[in-house]
Amino acid sequence: MIKELTKGVFKENAIFVMGIGLCPTLGVSTKVVNALGMGAGVIFVLICSNIMISLLKDFIPNKVRIPAYIVVIASFTAVVEMVMQAYTPGLFRTLGVFVPLIAVNCVIFARAEVFAGKHTILPSILDALGAGIGFTLGLLVIALIREVLGSGTITLFPLGSFEGVIDIPVLINSPVRIVGLSAGALFVIGFLQAFLNWYIAKKKEVK
Amino acid sequence: MSYVAIIITYVFISNFVLTQFLGMCPFLGVSKNVESAVGMGFAVTFVATMASLVTWMIQHYILVPLNIVFLQTVAFILVIAALVQIVEMVLQKFAPPLYKALGLFLPLMTTNCAILGVAVIAVRANYNALESFTAGFACGVGFLLAIFVMSTIRERIATEDIPKPFRGIPIAFIIAGLMAMSFMAFDKALLKNLIG
Repeated sequence: MIKELTKGVFKENAIFVMGIGLCPTLGVSTKVVNALGMGAGVIFVLICSNIMISLLKDFIPNKVRIPAYIVVIASFTAVVEMVMQAYTPGLFRTLGVFVPLIAVNCVIFARAEVFAGKHTILPSILDALGAGIGFTLGLLVIALIREVLGSGTITLFPLGSFEGVIDIPVLINSPVRIVGLSAGALFVIGFLQAFLNWYIAKKKEVK
Repeated sequence: MSYVAIIITYVFISNFVLTQFLGMCPFLGVSKNVESAVGMGFAVTFVATMASLVTWMIQHYILVPLNIVFLQTVAFILVIAALVQIVEMVLQKFAPPLYKALGLFLPLMTTNCAILGVAVIAVRANYNALESFTAGFACGVGFLLAIFVMSTIRERIATEDIPKPFRGIPIAFIIAGLMAMSFMAFDKALLKNLIG
């Protein structure tokens, strides 16, 4: 059972291993807080849609399963949109078009098609949680690299006396601006994937 | 905003793929050879143009009058899915050569975030019907331009000796990054100089 949870986090990590869900990854990874918000939204939609689809799998005819999945996922996305707009309007504005685009996120769709449509409710929840955490983790790594190098800060939620922004000593005065721009996002993810390929190849050699 | 300004904005200044990262999956997935890349580019242009017009009508004639704007995402996706289906059938019946060329790519369009993206962006920017139509067309052309350039580069690079860890997707990302850098030359100042 635990395997369903962990496989999505590492072995089948959506961003680095499967290479899906890239549009939001590149688009919202300018700040750590955006990555966290996006990750939370995706995890919520993933779990809800996986529950719904695994419950409905015996009622949905096989031929119309794709449109049915789309409707389920889009409905939960609309919920996320409304909640975000009401409680975190600032985050909703910065994430912009990427909030409604959760509806066409390939990660969610892949989990529905590959897993939830064939399994019972409990494994589906664990699977969704694993895939969601894996996606958020990947997003977080990219956002951390981009924000620290690109603007020399780490932006989190303001909490009590903590303002929510951590400054990195040297980098804040002379950040590597390109990493924060759109070209930088593509470079960061390209080099990270190359590093991962190199690391995996090396590990195999040792064995 | 004038129509020329909309076209320049969505083709160059905020190119959908290279600056907004919409439509990244087909951009990387279908850019291995020029022929299929151009096919995909035209399919996106076609569907994006139609979709942005139809979603504008849905928004202003159905969602706003009935006060159910919160259903926007669901409505748009369903409309786009239906539209893709209709386009597919019409092409198959009346323009078989075009259907043959685009056929493979059309079903992928429903979950292409560039299509839903341009629909949402056009609605949020408060465009009128013709402006939405233009924006959809321009975003498609921007996608076509980016994927065409990408595919020609990747065809050449296929025969080069690339370090092993970089082969495949990583080098594609780095190429895209370099392309994005060159597109940084197009900014708002360009628009001002051209149109005033």
